[in-house]
Amino acid sequence: MSEVLTSCTYFGVLLTIAAFLFGLWCKRKFGWAICNPLLIAVIVVMGVLLALRIDYKAYEESAQYISYLLTPSTVCLAIPLYRQMKLLRQNAKAIALGSIAGVLASMGGILLLSVLFGLTHEQYVTLLPKSITTAIGMGISEELGGIVTITVAVIILTGILGNMIVSGVCRLFRIEEPVAKGLAVGTAAHAIGTARAMEMGEIEGAMSSLAIAVSGTLTACTASLFAMLW
Amino acid sequence: MKLLRQFGMILLITFAGELLRMLLPLPIPASIYGMLLMLAALMTGIVRLEEVEQAGDFLIEIMPLLFVPAAVGLMDAWDALRPMLFAVSVITIAVTVLVMAVTGIVTQWVIRQEKAAAARASLPHIRHSKREAIHE
Repeated sequence: MSEVLTSCTYFGVLLTIAAFLFGLWCKRKFGWAICNPLLIAVIVVMGVLLALRIDYKAYEESAQYISYLLTPSTVCLAIPLYRQMKLLRQNAKAIALGSIAGVLASMGGILLLSVLFGLTHEQYVTLLPKSITTAIGMGISEELGGIVTITVAVIILTGILGNMIVSGVCRLFRIEEPVAKGLAVGTAAHAIGTARAMEMGEIEGAMSSLAIAVSGTLTACTASLFAMLW
Repeated sequence: MKLLRQFGMILLITFAGELLRMLLPLPIPASIYGMLLMLAALMTGIVRLEEVEQAGDFLIEIMPLLFVPAAVGLMDAWDALRPMLFAVSVITIAVTVLVMAVTGIVTQWVIRQEKAAAARASLPHIRHSKREAIHE
């Protein structure tokens, strides 16, 4: 049966959309933070693939047509950013300082924990770009001599985690300003976090989009310095 | 055909981003170049908001869905991840919370400082205008 399914061009696409709609339904129905549509969709798809013994490669053959829209979708993040340009200008100083602090906290935190866990240099530089967008992160990991597959996996895990916990973290630390919330999730959890920020509001979404570009660039500029420290 | 035109425009800018990616030797993905090009095009008025807005908002709305295939790919990374699973889990959770908190707190602190400064700056001005009003 698996061969029949994987030879259909639309199998992976349909499975992905169905699993995501199921995730949305769960979120509406139960409303718990753990009912994150992205997380549920990933678990459902993995479950179906494992149950039917379908390789990831075979699924991806079809599901790649969904990933295909990711680049134009990221390009479109400029649209809310443009609509919020006035706000960006008003808060330019706060945004600049917040982004720099976030990027330093990311690499500083990874450095500290890598030393504590006694990770090798290779493992350390593999984790270093974990908070930024996949494409930039892959490039940095490769350049510093990290294990690119693990970098990609950790970047995605970070994104899903950030997407799930942002509301809780903002409540815990009393982060209430929409600009600060958006910047926080975008700096910590790149585009996957931004997908959640868009649901929180237009301002959060715009600031999160901005943070993807800013934190990605800042990390690209400073990662090689941090790589020398362990 | 309006949506088709909008989608075409978005793909055109995406394509321009891909060309930049090919031409420039930086480790920056086509999507980020495209995003900066889109912003520049909107700000200079080369592209008007109405020419991309509806298709763009749709693409942004479905964005979480677009990450599903890549995230399912974690299945294949499992073997590589297993030897350092504990360290990776702790670091991922701790650093994600840390970055979120630090970025949010610093940004919010600066915003509120500036608001307070702006409020202080406007106070003498109010008094001044009041005095003027009384004088008149």
